[in-house]
Amino acid sequence: MFFLEHAYLIPLIPTASFFLILFFGKRMPKKGAEIGIAALAICFAMALATNVQWRDHVNKAEHRAEEQYQLTHTEAGAEAGAEEHIEFDVEPIHESWTWWSSGNVEFSAGMLLDGPGVMMLFVVTLISLLVHVYSTDYVGGDRRYTHYFAFLSLFSASMLGLVMSESTLQLLTCWELVGLCSFALIGHWWEEKPNSDAALKAFITNRVGDVGLICGVIILFFGAGQTFDILTINQMAVSGDISHLVLLVASCSLMAAVMSKSGQFILHTWLPDAMAGPTPVSALIHAATMVVAGIYLVARLYGVFFEGFSIGTSSVNPLAVIGAVTVIGGAGLAFVQNDIKKVLAYSTVSQLGYMAMALGVGAWTAALFHLFTHAMFKAGLFLGSGSVAHSVHSFDMKEDMGGMRKFMPKTFVTFTICTLALIGIVPLAGFWSKDEILAGAEQLGGPGGYKAFLVVGLIGAFMTAAYMTRCWYLTFWGEPRGHAADEEHPPHESGPSIVVPLYILSGMSMLAGFANLPNTRFLSWVPDGIAVRFEHYYEPKGEYFPAVLGSFSHPDFNIGIALVSTVIGALGIALAAGWYFKDLGPHGITRRSKAARIGHQVLVQKYYLDWLYTDVIVAAVKGPIARGAYWFNQKALDGVVDGAATTAVRTGRFVYDKIDQSIVDTLVDGSGAAAEGSGQGLRRIQTGRVQQYAALLFAATAVLAGVFIIVI
Amino acid sequence: MDDLLLNQFLLLGAVLFCLGVYGVLARRNAVLVLMSIELILNAVNINLIAFGALHGSVAGAVFALFVIAIAAAEVGVGLAIVLLIYRNRRSVDLDDMAEMKG
Amino acid sequence: MVAQSLFFYAIAAVIVFSAFRVVTTNNVVHAALYLVAVLASVAAQYVLLAAEFVAATQVLVYIGAIVVLFLFGIMLTRSRVGADQGLTHKHWISGAATAVALFAVMAYALVDEFGWSRTPMPADPRIRAVNGSNTATVSDSIFSTYLVPFEAVSVLLLAALVGAIVLARKD
Repeated sequence: MFFLEHAYLIPLIPTASFFLILFFGKRMPKKGAEIGIAALAICFAMALATNVQWRDHVNKAEHRAEEQYQLTHTEAGAEAGAEEHIEFDVEPIHESWTWWSSGNVEFSAGMLLDGPGVMMLFVVTLISLLVHVYSTDYVGGDRRYTHYFAFLSLFSASMLGLVMSESTLQLLTCWELVGLCSFALIGHWWEEKPNSDAALKAFITNRVGDVGLICGVIILFFGAGQTFDILTINQMAVSGDISHLVLLVASCSLMAAVMSKSGQFILHTWLPDAMAGPTPVSALIHAATMVVAGIYLVARLYGVFFEGFSIGTSSVNPLAVIGAVTVIGGAGLAFVQNDIKKVLAYSTVSQLGYMAMALGVGAWTAALFHLFTHAMFKAGLFLGSGSVAHSVHSFDMKEDMGGMRKFMPKTFVTFTICTLALIGIVPLAGFWSKDEILAGAEQLGGPGGYKAFLVVGLIGAFMTAAYMTRCWYLTFWGEPRGHAADEEHPPHESGPSIVVPLYILSGMSMLAGFANLPNTRFLSWVPDGIAVRFEHYYEPKGEYFPAVLGSFSHPDFNIGIALVSTVIGALGIALAAGWYFKDLGPHGITRRSKAARIGHQVLVQKYYLDWLYTDVIVAAVKGPIARGAYWFNQKALDGVVDGAATTAVRTGRFVYDKIDQSIVDTLVDGSGAAAEGSGQGLRRIQTGRVQQYAALLFAATAVLAGVFIIVI
Repeated sequence: MDDLLLNQFLLLGAVLFCLGVYGVLARRNAVLVLMSIELILNAVNINLIAFGALHGSVAGAVFALFVIAIAAAEVGVGLAIVLLIYRNRRSVDLDDMAEMKG
Repeated sequence: MVAQSLFFYAIAAVIVFSAFRVVTTNNVVHAALYLVAVLASVAAQYVLLAAEFVAATQVLVYIGAIVVLFLFGIMLTRSRVGADQGLTHKHWISGAATAVALFAVMAYALVDEFGWSRTPMPADPRIRAVNGSNTATVSDSIFSTYLVPFEAVSVLLLAALVGAIVLARKD
């Protein structure tokens, strides 16, 4: 159990490589790429080993439970028991170190490893390693090659930390870190303003959702009795120790975070703009790993959501609704994009909607399985588009591509395989995972079930088929246009660093579906040991997962739905192929029909959401605030300053006029006048007349004599 | 009213003295001022003689004689001065002699 | 001694009245004549006090010489003969006030010190008559006890004489 117990090393290795690349990368012969690749290779190996050991762990738990059962049920009839599936608990690997404690609250960090975590470890390390290898060719010679690899390592470390978080605080920290890395990597070529704008848009839109995340964490903290521990929170949610209202509010609050990070309507607007980053980044972050962080959050805290939204017993809840809207909305926007990466971005939005919808209807395993398969084929699609763009130096399908299958056969083959997987053609991966979602929408839920979402899912499948066929046609078929038609430097197939990851991913797209083969009578020839392996090993079994609740159930494979979805997918392909290959259908309708033009305009303007956010909401907030601040500055602050100055001037003048001139000068002049006046007065004694002097003399004598004689 | 009282003579002298003082202060003619001075001197003499008679001593009389002699000298010199002033100013009006006016 | 008192008051009345007229009359010559009256009356008082020699000297010197001098002075300074309006200041009030104040002080002091009935004059003033006359006594005193003052007064008289001549001569 070494790798299980020491799985916390897995995020630490890319962290170390981040610092190593920052400090030493520029001096290395491959400019730091070798450190990154080596680190991720080690991580992938460790993730594989962890997965193997987890499998052993689950098997052991199963055997132990079987032995218990045998011991207690020997009398009752061992035969009946052998047929049943025995419920057994799988203990998650839980390590926790106290970060710091304040009062009676402990802030801890650590590792919580169970099914979904182990699966995500595999996905993240695999895709990250392939992207690292791909990037050595794709961004070779770039101005910030070393920093690019440093951030790739940091991102991998953060994502791995996120999937192994044992407390909501740790999850929050890693969430923010992946957002930071996304910002840094989207704005990799920040010298061009659109790129830095896109990075800012991504970060700020995610911030809006992060408010929800923080509020949700706080609500759960208090609701679960002042603890951040995910295991405890789930246990208390499942066992009913947290009130339903608290869980509902927390779920709604966390929904905001899911909407922003996982590109659900209406906070999805950053995802298409994020295509301004390098294509490997788009493949890693905005297709396979970071955008699924929101889905992973819901999966992790599924007890909270399941009980909060009453997923098992109702027929509609916010999670499912938003997922459904996202499916249709994203698919619609994919039709009017000329940039190949934008098509794939909206496709990602739509598929994330599928995952959210799956979680919303209660098909937990389906959602995570779809996450797994989607990571494979979407990364393959992105890397394929990058391969094409790398040779024609442009992403515009209508301008610079066309007929690429002649120039780039390997890319063509892998791209086709991944496209079919996305559309959901049997037996490729997308078929199995999407089908499980549709089956869940059909079967699960309370009165009436989630059948409405089944319809949505089918429509989404149709649209997915159509737009992907359009994209596939515009890129690889038809006559070469623009750069692709360059006679001097015709586009050529990409090197092995690019093509080998494409091979691996398309191979996974073909095989990954078999990880969760359902066990029905059509496939009963599949031995038990292989069927539903994904669910068996990766679905958490324990008191902390709502599977123990009666309202939770697993959808069964429904052959009818499978057939219908396949037909619809084929229909979509056929219609789009007819439009493009054979020029069937109402071409030029937007010129003739005003309704069609308006609809097209709405799609091109992305449902006017960007306009709403920027020109309406933000302007409404910042306008008054800016005006208010300006008024305050001019009237209040300047008024104070001017007022102080005016007061000082007036005081000075007052002092001068009243005090200095009137009082002080009066005193001074007065004393002078008094002296002069008294002098003038006393001058009258000096008459010059002797007799007067004599008179004064005698009078004084009389007075003195009088005083001396009479008084004394 | 049987005896002569000392006070009678002294008071007489006081009256004479004050009249003389009034004359000195109030008269404009210089000669008249000198006359008033004589009155004063006579008052002093009366005092001297009276005290001499009181104590039966001849010193009072002797002093009075000396005073008389000095009064004579003083009047002589005084009148000489007045004459000089008259010669210079053609007037012995004391009001006109206010050179010390300041 | 009723007769003495009587004489005293009579002579005193003359003195006071004459002195008053000296200082208030408008006529300069009349003032001189009133002065004569004062001086003569004072001499009479001296006789009353048994100082005959002094009385005689008073008459000889004062009236005989000094008043004559005054008359000469009046003549030489062309004082207006007859009534003269401008002989008293216009501020004679202050002089009068001063004189009155002075008299008040003196009177109070005298009355306070000597009283009315405490200091009578001796009945017979001639107590220490040596040769039976005042003159003899006085001359004895002058030429023995008061010789130096006598000589001094002589010199003074001389100086005054010389001074007066110097001052008054025409040159």
